[in-house]
Amino acid sequence: MNNVVLVNLPFVVVALLLAVGFYTIGFKRNLIKVVIGIEILEGAVNLFLIALGYVKGAYAPIYTMAPPQAENNMVLPTPQALTLTSIVIGVAVSALMLAFAVNIYRHYGTLDVTKVRRLRG
Amino acid sequence: MIEHLPALMIAVPLFGAFTTPLLKGKPRAAALWALAITAVTLGLGTLLVREVTAGGTMIYVFGADSPGLVLPSGYRVPVRIIFEVDAMGAFMALSAVLMSFIGAMYSYSHVERESGLEKYYSLLLLLEVGILGMVLTGDLFNLFVFLEIAGIAGSALVGFRNYRGEASEAGIKYLIVSAVASLMVLFSIGLLYGQYGNLNIAYLSRQIGFNTVDMIALGILFASFAMKCGSVPTHHWVPDAYTEVPAGINPTLLVATYASLYALFRVSFSLFGEITLSMSSVGWIMSILGVLTMFIGVTMALVQKDVKRLMSYHAISQTGYMLLGVGVGLTVLNDPAKLAAFGRDAMAGGIFHIINHIIYKSLLLMTAGALFYVTKTRNLNEMGGLARKMPYTTIAFIVGAAAISGIPPFNGFASKFLIYETSYQLNPLLAIFAMVTSVLTLASFVKVFASAFLGPPVKEYENVGEVPKPMIAAMLILAALCILFGLFPNVVLDKLVYPAVDALLNLGGYQTWGGVL
Repeated sequence: MNNVVLVNLPFVVVALLLAVGFYTIGFKRNLIKVVIGIEILEGAVNLFLIALGYVKGAYAPIYTMAPPQAENNMVLPTPQALTLTSIVIGVAVSALMLAFAVNIYRHYGTLDVTKVRRLRG
Repeated sequence: MIEHLPALMIAVPLFGAFTTPLLKGKPRAAALWALAITAVTLGLGTLLVREVTAGGTMIYVFGADSPGLVLPSGYRVPVRIIFEVDAMGAFMALSAVLMSFIGAMYSYSHVERESGLEKYYSLLLLLEVGILGMVLTGDLFNLFVFLEIAGIAGSALVGFRNYRGEASEAGIKYLIVSAVASLMVLFSIGLLYGQYGNLNIAYLSRQIGFNTVDMIALGILFASFAMKCGSVPTHHWVPDAYTEVPAGINPTLLVATYASLYALFRVSFSLFGEITLSMSSVGWIMSILGVLTMFIGVTMALVQKDVKRLMSYHAISQTGYMLLGVGVGLTVLNDPAKLAAFGRDAMAGGIFHIINHIIYKSLLLMTAGALFYVTKTRNLNEMGGLARKMPYTTIAFIVGAAAISGIPPFNGFASKFLIYETSYQLNPLLAIFAMVTSVLTLASFVKVFASAFLGPPVKEYENVGEVPKPMIAAMLILAALCILFGLFPNVVLDKLVYPAVDALLNLGGYQTWGGVL
């Protein structure tokens, strides 16, 4: 029983992070906090990908100098490559969002999303 | 050379995107360079379409000459990044390259007074790369990466006029929507990868068994792509983004939106195409979303005073037609008799409407951009009597407005008529909503025409003239395309649209990597 919880712990954390992320995006009024919410969401998705690829006791997928017992006992490299790509993209997205937030603060004098509403109708 | 076309389609604009910033301080040179790159890409795109319509699906494997990895046991799996271009992908790629070219041409004069133009053109080319990657790839993760590229480049362009606070507001809205949507796409890619251990769309579609996790993945993918293509109820970002972006980017941004629509179709028809029972309910959801989208979009448009915002709400409404057309086709996907009777034509209507809409909505948004260029305002109440001052813009606007309202000799009629006819056979109510929407569309464009072009001349605009020549040229090319596509719809339907529909329907052909495996 205890083992089941431990094995599935990363996925439980993923679910919690997803919930926290969506809550932050949906209910926080500060634009910076919304950006942080998206970062939490991204962390959840990245953790999910990493948790998918993890195999207990397996070896890193590097073939040069691999010990003989690593044969047929390697982790799939794809989820890690996916996660690295997704992290790099996430950095770009958050940088652009923060740049927008700074520009919005310059023009509106506030970061409150309920007040940044010149476009409507 | 020909076999490398799919890779060149990405490589050429990507090369252009990273070389344009070198022309800092020479805005003219940057504009001409971007125009040259988009022209070359347009040529490559035409070649690609010719190649795909003549020779069938094209497969391009990066770093190897065959897609599979053969294990000693004889088991073959696709492991590399694979571009799989069928007629549907080629059709979308052609729209993307055509519209990027027209957009670059229009931008030459439209944004000449702005600063930081080398970044503008660099982002324009990057947006083109994102779209082309999305429509050409046969790999789910690659789709995500290009979705993000298009999202980042698109939102940076929406916020391009950073001296206006509104531009940043629209930009961050677009970016938040696209970031959340693409993160959810990545999440469902993770779900599918965890189960089937592969990322290739064709391979996955053969494996999929539709258990609970697949259903969740389908739901998340459907919702995310519907969000990115501006369907109701997540349409709020569309009017802001389309209004604030410089008019030269509008065509490309429209295609970027429809690239998400393409991804939605690809997911429904290819990735989950083998799920025979549930797809008709997904089709119904798509059709009803389509009807809601077109109706809510047009009613919101009627009350607008800002000319570009009005047209942006029409973009939402027209997306509804495409969802309706293809949704009708998806509903009867597993009923061969009905599919032959009206399903295939419905999909043809929906897909034909994509290119028609891209053409006439770009034209309309460009005329709005021309009005803004001349009058420095977008408020309809402050304009008037511009028809005599700007004859070419007026002609372009009339053609565009007639096309979007579905008046016979123009291209909007050809695709809308197909959608009316076929959705009537599924359920008459759908067709009635579609027709009412058309009438309301015409009503709102009469309003724009009357207040901006007709009426007594306004004193402030006594000395204004026609917009510069590159802008006129871009508008007239699009107006000519509107008339040509309207006069000879059968040529376009036979050469481009029906092959695309058949490519979507021909799941078996997609799954076997175009005959390679």
